[in-house]
Amino acid sequence: MRIEKDHRRFREIVKGRIREDLRRFLTRGELFGREGSSVISIPVRGIDLPTFRYGENGDAGVGAGRAATGDPVDARGEGIGPGGTEPGRHILEVDVSLDELADILGEELRLPRIQPKGRHSLTTQKDRYSGARQAGPESLRHFKRTFRRALRRQIIMGVYDPDRPRVVFERRDKIYRSWKTVRKPQSNAVIIYMMDVSGSMGDEQKELVRIEAFWIDAWLRRNYEGVESRYIVHDVRAAEVDRHTFFHLREDGGTKISSAFRCAQGLLDLRYAADEWNIYLFHFSDGDNSSESDNRECCRLLREQLLPRINLFGYCQVASAYGSGSFINVLNEHFQADPAVITTRVNGKDDIYDSIRGFFSPGR
Amino acid sequence: MAHTLPAELADQAKRIADLAREEGLEFFDTVFELVDFDQMTQIAAYGGFPQRYPHWRFGMEYERLRKQHTYGLSRIYEMVINNDPCYAYLLADNALVDQKTVIAHVYGHGDFFRNNVWFARTNRKMMDEMANHATRVRRYIDRYGFEEVERFIDLALSVEDLIDPHSVLIRRGDDDQPRTPDDPRVIEHELVRYPAKRYMERFINPPDALEAQRRRLRESHAREKTIEPARPVRDVLLYLIHHAPLEDWQADILAMIREEAYYYAPQAQTKIMNEGWASYWHSTLMTRYCLRDDELITYAEHHAGTMATSPGRLNPYKLGLELFRDIEERWDLGRHGREYEELQDVEARRNWNRDRKRPERVRGKESAGREKIFQVRRIYNDVTFIDEFLTPEFAARQGLYHYRYDPSSGRMTAVTRDFDRIKQQLLFSLGNLGRPYIYVVDGNYANRGELYLAHHHSGVDLQIRYATETLRNIQRIWGRPVHLQARINQENVRFTCDGRQSQHQTVTDDMPRPAHVM
Repeated sequence: MRIEKDHRRFREIVKGRIREDLRRFLTRGELFGREGSSVISIPVRGIDLPTFRYGENGDAGVGAGRAATGDPVDARGEGIGPGGTEPGRHILEVDVSLDELADILGEELRLPRIQPKGRHSLTTQKDRYSGARQAGPESLRHFKRTFRRALRRQIIMGVYDPDRPRVVFERRDKIYRSWKTVRKPQSNAVIIYMMDVSGSMGDEQKELVRIEAFWIDAWLRRNYEGVESRYIVHDVRAAEVDRHTFFHLREDGGTKISSAFRCAQGLLDLRYAADEWNIYLFHFSDGDNSSESDNRECCRLLREQLLPRINLFGYCQVASAYGSGSFINVLNEHFQADPAVITTRVNGKDDIYDSIRGFFSPGR
Repeated sequence: MAHTLPAELADQAKRIADLAREEGLEFFDTVFELVDFDQMTQIAAYGGFPQRYPHWRFGMEYERLRKQHTYGLSRIYEMVINNDPCYAYLLADNALVDQKTVIAHVYGHGDFFRNNVWFARTNRKMMDEMANHATRVRRYIDRYGFEEVERFIDLALSVEDLIDPHSVLIRRGDDDQPRTPDDPRVIEHELVRYPAKRYMERFINPPDALEAQRRRLRESHAREKTIEPARPVRDVLLYLIHHAPLEDWQADILAMIREEAYYYAPQAQTKIMNEGWASYWHSTLMTRYCLRDDELITYAEHHAGTMATSPGRLNPYKLGLELFRDIEERWDLGRHGREYEELQDVEARRNWNRDRKRPERVRGKESAGREKIFQVRRIYNDVTFIDEFLTPEFAARQGLYHYRYDPSSGRMTAVTRDFDRIKQQLLFSLGNLGRPYIYVVDGNYANRGELYLAHHHSGVDLQIRYATETLRNIQRIWGRPVHLQARINQENVRFTCDGRQSQHQTVTDDMPRPAHVM
């Protein structure tokens, strides 16, 4: 259809606008209110064509109905704010799928596609019922279409009586569902998020982690067929939690990062064999580890237990009210030469952009 | 793409057409096409025409319409195109009763298109014209590149509404002809000379007074020759076409956009009347002739749905229909004219001619009310329609109120049911199709080839952000710097865009004055 061209062009423009504003979107937590949905509404600026129009003091009109004076009448739910000089109404909400968003992210940050580790040449087979044919088992009979064909045949033959509507199938009316077997290469990934929930990690820090985790999720989901996410929180002890708890749990107490590493190791041992999974570990902390000896323990665990089986260990140090710790320096010192360990600092929302780029630009 | 009507619907269409003609409607031959929902959305996105030039805004409209439908917010039942023959689209999966209603409604529109005076000058072969425009734009795209052409169309659409909708019916001076030729005879002709007997001539038309007058006229002619334009111009689009330094293809695109804007303008000018008239007729034809017993409930439900009002939004279907009915009743009962208007007693007004039996309306033509509404549909547009026929009784009966933005609550709030405020507000929002009045007041501002526009303030300021951006687009068309004078917060402000930056400053006396002052 002709409209498809214009529609495609419109979507291109929208994507272009999102790309331009990506840095801004990257810092906005409220975009992702509806978790679990594959489509997000994104407010896009300045996409309509400007014309001369009336401003703020023109916000008036005539309505009809029972409203008493003083009643609000804008039950349209659009939340029209004052016009004036604010960019408010200049904004168009556009639905964008997560995949598209991830593509934009990839293009804008110039992220290379991730090459899944070569060992997983597993393919899955799936039957898809997509067609129809004239023969098949009765259990797959397409009742609606069979009925329609029978009805049509009877009308054409002139034997259909509207007063006594009785439709009888014949052999030649029957339509059966048919399937195709689709083979798909399968590459799975698991992301293990670890977060320090010691007293120094406040709500602000958690918001940063949440936004960052959203984009990590989006990008990895774009690159793998199946992605599982696991969440570990720790202070001096670590435990696996669900997503909600992960972002909302508030603990007091010290920090022992090795506990999280050990917990992750346990999870991998139990469930995620290295030759079947692409494994991603991300750790968020303010970097204030309790002791020098624990730092050493962390490095040992990482080097001996974790790194041999994972694709990437991303460490993201978040600045907290208590300043920033030194764990990032320890990692940098010990793993400088290792491409699988990447460290970034996020002091505020503006750093998320660079942090994401840092994690994924090696393309692992 | 579309399918012609199945026999059953075609029969119905013919029957309804005959009934409508009998009731006095006159319409072009109407071609109905049956389309599915997606085709309908596509056609609607293209403003009713299957062939439009390629542009993303149609894609945007398509997405908006489709989304609205997915969320169950609205549904397009009907679409009619003012063309000869008239084209109308029916949704394929509608029930027969809906199809009949829509067909009747369409004939109402067809009659309105054909007879309303504001449509008199519209191109009745617009279907072909739009397709021609599409072809021409495609040719330009092939020659100059997609992005180049798209960029220019974006600019052109920014000034799309800067036209003079009344100019189709009025001749605004003769702008095309050279003004005031250098001929002393012209001045002699314009000279004011009082008739007098010869011997009195010297006293009644003293020679030195005549000489002074001649001098004044010569000066004003000289001035007129240097100012451009001679008088403020509302058709900014036309002014740009004539005077902006455009490539031929650019001028052609501007001209196409202008032509389409003029084509659509009467529909915007008569939205309430047009929908009201069509609703009046679908309601009359359906309830009087076409409904089967078993269709009544469905019809009533869908009719009520179309007429539904929601707070803060005036339904043009409802308002138009009720006004036409009100006019018909008033003229049937003789509730008009001086004697009735001057009657102060509410009770007497209410009972005016109540006792008089309304003329039997077997055939509508014969009642005074019918005759009146046929006349109204011929010579009014929304502004004059509301101005003339909205009465305090009607406003009260319809529960009209005036609302405005309340800064304290951040919401639209009903303010008053005062009739004058309501009417004033309605007229304001209908005037110039609810858009600001913008004029070209100088085409050679300060003798620097700069364009000077002015907003004729009628109570409401311009939206500054949009104005700045629109101005930037106009500058790209004009080439030289462009100014816009507008009143913002009681102050005259001059917005300027020179292509690199936009700025604004309060208008002061030491600034050069444009040729005309708004």
